[in-house]
Amino acid sequence: MTPLLTRLTRLPRLIPSWNIWPMLLKELTQLRRDRLTFAMMTGIPAIQLLLFGFAIQTEVRHLPTVVLDESATEESRALVTRVLNTGNFDLLAHVADRGAVREALESGAARAAVVIPPEYARDLKRGRTAQAQVIVDAADPMASAAALSGAAQAAQVEAQARLGLRRALPLEVRVRPWYNPDGRSSTYIVPGIIGVLLSMTLVLITAMAIVREREKGTLEQLVVTPISRTSIMLGKLAPFLLIGYIQVTVVLVLGRLVFDVPIRGSLWSLYLLSLPFMAASLGVGLFLSTLVRTQAQAVQLGFFYMMPNILLSGFMFPRIAMPWAAQALGAILPLTYYLDLLRNILVKGVAPHHLVKDGLILTGFAALFIALAVRRFHKTVD
Amino acid sequence: MTDPRPSTRDPYAIHTRALRKEFGPVVAVQGLDLTVPRGEVLGLLGANGSGKTTTIRMLCGLLAPTSGEAVVAGVDVVRTPDAVRQKIGYMSQKFGLYDDLTIAENLRFYSALYGLRGAAQRARLDEVIAELGLGGRLHQLTGQLSGGWRQRVALGCAIAHHPELLLLDEPTAGVDPAARKLFWERIYALTARGISVLVTTHYMDEADRCQRLAVISRGVLLALDTPAAVKAQFGVTNLEDVFIELQQQSGELA
Repeated sequence: MTPLLTRLTRLPRLIPSWNIWPMLLKELTQLRRDRLTFAMMTGIPAIQLLLFGFAIQTEVRHLPTVVLDESATEESRALVTRVLNTGNFDLLAHVADRGAVREALESGAARAAVVIPPEYARDLKRGRTAQAQVIVDAADPMASAAALSGAAQAAQVEAQARLGLRRALPLEVRVRPWYNPDGRSSTYIVPGIIGVLLSMTLVLITAMAIVREREKGTLEQLVVTPISRTSIMLGKLAPFLLIGYIQVTVVLVLGRLVFDVPIRGSLWSLYLLSLPFMAASLGVGLFLSTLVRTQAQAVQLGFFYMMPNILLSGFMFPRIAMPWAAQALGAILPLTYYLDLLRNILVKGVAPHHLVKDGLILTGFAALFIALAVRRFHKTVD
Repeated sequence: MTDPRPSTRDPYAIHTRALRKEFGPVVAVQGLDLTVPRGEVLGLLGANGSGKTTTIRMLCGLLAPTSGEAVVAGVDVVRTPDAVRQKIGYMSQKFGLYDDLTIAENLRFYSALYGLRGAAQRARLDEVIAELGLGGRLHQLTGQLSGGWRQRVALGCAIAHHPELLLLDEPTAGVDPAARKLFWERIYALTARGISVLVTTHYMDEADRCQRLAVISRGVLLALDTPAAVKAQFGVTNLEDVFIELQQQSGELA
């Protein structure tokens, strides 16, 4: 018989021996007593949410802007007003020449400049294409993206206003940004924080808790009792699901209150589909615990695991823009699929059948990671 | 050699034949023949790396032997390693207690792992608490206790389920002499009820208290006899010298 078949035929004998209650009760007693850890587990989500939520603002508004209006006419002042009214530019100063424009940008005092040449109004009046410039400091592409689109939009609106006096544009394409029409980054980031936070805390506390039992000699004591190793682990890990759900709830409530993050889909499906993701994270934590000897090593390895998760899962950077190798790496991280689920449920409020695929993939990850971790755990305990 | 098949009438608490364990090319235990009659206290002596721990782990059913036979408390640990755990109690140098649980919680937790529940559990734990004198500090956290107290709690956790055999791996390390003396009195009180004990120790006065000693070096059983006979075999007057002899042997050969 293959090993798998042997295992399957032994399963009926195994299941009654899954006696996880003593272990579960013990863990809950310890958790209740360890107030510091418990406070950290619930306080860290709040702090991280506020840090990430406020710090990661990818839409940059209010760029300090200098204006060089060489035309100095009613028309040129109308254009400047139009650009400033987008809210992306704040008037810093009027300057007298191109040298001053360059000086302002290079010194960093200004991040954008509006330059209107002397012939602007004259060209407009003669029906020629009038030209004006918006110069943006695009050294940081993320910071300048909003400015660039704001300027283009202002120009188009101004052009249409002038044209509208005479005739309509030959065609009109309206871009409608669905789901997050204001392009607010907190709407995008906050659901992601749930996922990042869960992987970080669950992987770390699992790895550290198991290593602590090994360091203290209690794991050695546990394995000589009749309780099966599977029961030891299930009883040990189950309480961490509770911590995970508390964290999800803390971030959701704060995200709603502080950042006005929408909850458009079903909360039930969010809580249900969080389960396989948490299980997968616990599996990773258990696996890491078998690779290290000390709690300090567990922490290091935990952070090492978090790096690709933060960079490649689509938490901060869109996966669609990544080269294929980075996309492929991201595709083997459970967080990638969980983030997709979170945004689909919270931001897009998609129909439940669109969630099935991600849910199944996460369940697969959970089964795989836990199976691998349990196998290694069994081997290393001997 | 008799066939060491499991039997409840087995007169031995431990009975091994040609027990061998290899880790790759390293032979940790070679051909160990060990018999411990029920109710006996056997001391296992050996330098670090002599194969003591490997032997104990095999007897607990935690480590599968490479070859050989071992019957512990009537259970064939080679074929049914899981079945032996209900019948043995194990206590190690680290005591394996949860510092952030109280004495009562540690006792309840470990006895629950051995299947004790409800009224039967309470009744049995009351017995253990009275026997080991743990009553005064039941609700104190184990982490705040002295070595002697922790040792007693660990012993309580190991005997609550009425094991037939106690495996004690350096149980008195870090415990003061008075507490050690008391501990041994308790051990002999247990053997009076038919419990057998296998104990490893670094203290020679403790080795002298054992009914028989098994001396192993580099995985080989060198002697299995009373402390007096072991001293005679090594031609020394005290066990300290046996130990020094063993350390030197393993040092020379390493």
